[in-house]
Amino acid sequence: MHKTPLLDQLESGPWPSFVTDLKRAAAKKPQTADLLGLLERSYVDKITHWKHGGIVGVLGYGSGIIGRYTDLPDEFPGCEHFHTIRVNHPSAWMYTTKALRELMDIWDEHGSSVLNMHGSTGDIIFLGTRTEELEPCFAKLTEKGWDLGGSGSAFRSPSCCIGPARCEWAMYDTLEACYELTQEFQFDLHRPSYPYKYKLKLSGCPNDCVAAVARADCSVIGVWKDDIRIDQSAVQAYAGGELKPRGGATKYDKLDIQKDVVELCPTQCMSWDGKTLKINNRECNHCMHCINLMPQALRPGTERGAAFLLGSHAPILEGAQLSWVIVPFMEMEKPFDNLKELMSNIAEWWSEHGKNRERVGELILRLGMRSLLEAIGVEPAPQQVRIPRANPFFFWYQSDFDAEAKGRRYDTRQGFVR
Amino acid sequence: MTERKTDIGPPHYGQFLHPVIKANYGKWKYHEIIEPGVLLHVSETGDKIYSVRVGSPRLVSTDFVREACDIADKHSQGYFRFTSRHNMEFFLTDLAQLPALKADLAAKGLPIGGTGHSVTSIVHTQGWVHCHTPAIDASGIVKAVMDDLFEYFGSHELPAQVRLALACCLNMCGAVHCSDIAICGVHRTPPKVLHDKLRHLCEIPTTIASCPTGAIRPHPDKSLKSVIVNEERCMYCGNCYTMCPAMPCFDAEKGGIAILVGGKVSNSKTPPAFSRLAIPWIPNNPPRWPEVVAAIRKILTKYAEGANKWERVGEWIERIGWERFFEVCDIPFTFQHIDDYKFQAYDTYRTSMHFKF
Repeated sequence: MHKTPLLDQLESGPWPSFVTDLKRAAAKKPQTADLLGLLERSYVDKITHWKHGGIVGVLGYGSGIIGRYTDLPDEFPGCEHFHTIRVNHPSAWMYTTKALRELMDIWDEHGSSVLNMHGSTGDIIFLGTRTEELEPCFAKLTEKGWDLGGSGSAFRSPSCCIGPARCEWAMYDTLEACYELTQEFQFDLHRPSYPYKYKLKLSGCPNDCVAAVARADCSVIGVWKDDIRIDQSAVQAYAGGELKPRGGATKYDKLDIQKDVVELCPTQCMSWDGKTLKINNRECNHCMHCINLMPQALRPGTERGAAFLLGSHAPILEGAQLSWVIVPFMEMEKPFDNLKELMSNIAEWWSEHGKNRERVGELILRLGMRSLLEAIGVEPAPQQVRIPRANPFFFWYQSDFDAEAKGRRYDTRQGFVR
Repeated sequence: MTERKTDIGPPHYGQFLHPVIKANYGKWKYHEIIEPGVLLHVSETGDKIYSVRVGSPRLVSTDFVREACDIADKHSQGYFRFTSRHNMEFFLTDLAQLPALKADLAAKGLPIGGTGHSVTSIVHTQGWVHCHTPAIDASGIVKAVMDDLFEYFGSHELPAQVRLALACCLNMCGAVHCSDIAICGVHRTPPKVLHDKLRHLCEIPTTIASCPTGAIRPHPDKSLKSVIVNEERCMYCGNCYTMCPAMPCFDAEKGGIAILVGGKVSNSKTPPAFSRLAIPWIPNNPPRWPEVVAAIRKILTKYAEGANKWERVGEWIERIGWERFFEVCDIPFTFQHIDDYKFQAYDTYRTSMHFKF
């Protein structure tokens, strides 16, 4: 074992120590012992010792494996090859211990015994194996019903919140939608053929527990259209302190319905006379604040579906983007054909026009929102913008004049044909 | 050779659902958090399930997962899950089982918490353990910060939930751009072009195209088959290095950590928002990064003192004003805080008389 005086200092303190844990794996695996030695070297040098990946993979796939090699192979031969395997996780990251033990056995046999539960996109990340182990490891994984996740310019493994499995606010079946869409796009997930990565995250309500709006090109966020359901006696119980604010998630003893709920409503669509809580539901913007504070008194409506938002990504290249509302409301019923079609149409437009390594949100910036909306057959709607433009530099096309001349609206689907 | 299986996708989640979850799928009525880290969900059918949320380092060994499986076998009928923030959740059907589960978790040093108005696990990236472009480590900083903020993991003492995230370079695989407090590794030196390697390793047009600010041009000496960098334009994103390994931009001393604050993803009260720059640079100081730990504690403490009930970090700052935020947190305001990256920048300059002294 390499000496690790710096890493050893991360073994104290109350939070679980990855160093202590990795040392157990290192005691059994020479390559993991070398990994700790290499990490210690980075702590000394304050620089990474991993080189660029080469092209490695399993037969027939262009994604799922990320090549990784150290720049110090002579000192740390166990890290000479240290490739990543992304294993596509099940919806909402739920497991049986039997399935997880099988996965751990496979990874002990074919790799470093080090992994992430989970990676940023959602996959189980097996960290560190040699090129010759990839194909046998893949065979064992598929034998047990597992497959690789996405990497590179591919459809990435979708992920979802816990949804209807254990949450009262799920406005659609996020788990089934996640599974269905993952299956639908298997080819694109394993064979990178897009301009750049294409991510999908599915949240059941506007609380957005999987950060879909920030972390996925395609963000599907549940929403309802009808009235919030109110149990007035439970509202009274919150007002009286018998029920705790936010279900007990806070240090506060008691809700002040007027101050904590009514006055903080962003649309001011609620009123409280000390006995009855009234909501003008038509003016509600579904922010979830009142529901979050009183989960036993308020429940979302029953006319349910999701909004589809598009374009978010981290800052590289044009600066970070949040996803934009494209379709304010879609039905979300199995087998989710409307979502599959929408995502395919967007990918087709992006693949046709996008430059190498241009995210779909960046392409919209370059070509304009109208180009996208016409290509995918979505009509303009005020829900798509926060505020209309302030400049007078808007475009008109011949097709707009043609439609006008025929008495047709150019901003409807009939007018999209140019 | 037997026929290869491909494109089967992940297993269907249905086989991984705890029996009570399966029986009450889509029927949940409400939830409570009966103590920090312990959630109760109640179904329309009257069924109840308790979920016990437990911190994990994310970077784990197979034995760590097996030990979690042992706990799940003993207490949770062989089922458990991970959350989107790398916590684990074990399921109980009877609250009487909680003390025994707590004892087994304590014996393994696994903390319970991460619910409600807490600081929950830090979403983070690989850092020096596996990444080829990091400016900083990930797991080590997360460990140091969580050790320091441990009291907030197992309590509901804050005005609202506080979500931390760490990305070890500007690529932000950790998607820190919408976190209450974000830790971001930053390079501060332009890439060094290794001309003798570049011609063998890199495609010149894609390398040039990779630069967001157009700082890379073909080398005037065509025989070199290389590129040059206009260093004044470079903002050290490392994107060229991703495309071309002959352009490393690492510097052990100049690289470091930026802190961004005030982002969120939920829609509650206010819309999702980006995190904004609070501290442009803190030295990269392993193994325990004391300057980073202290800076985060200071921001968190000032937030906890100053925020109204239910206010997220960004909502608190929006209310008091950024000028006041920098003052109460003792953070110097510098040129780096004023955005000058592309057209988004002008949207951040103040155009009103609504400011404070």
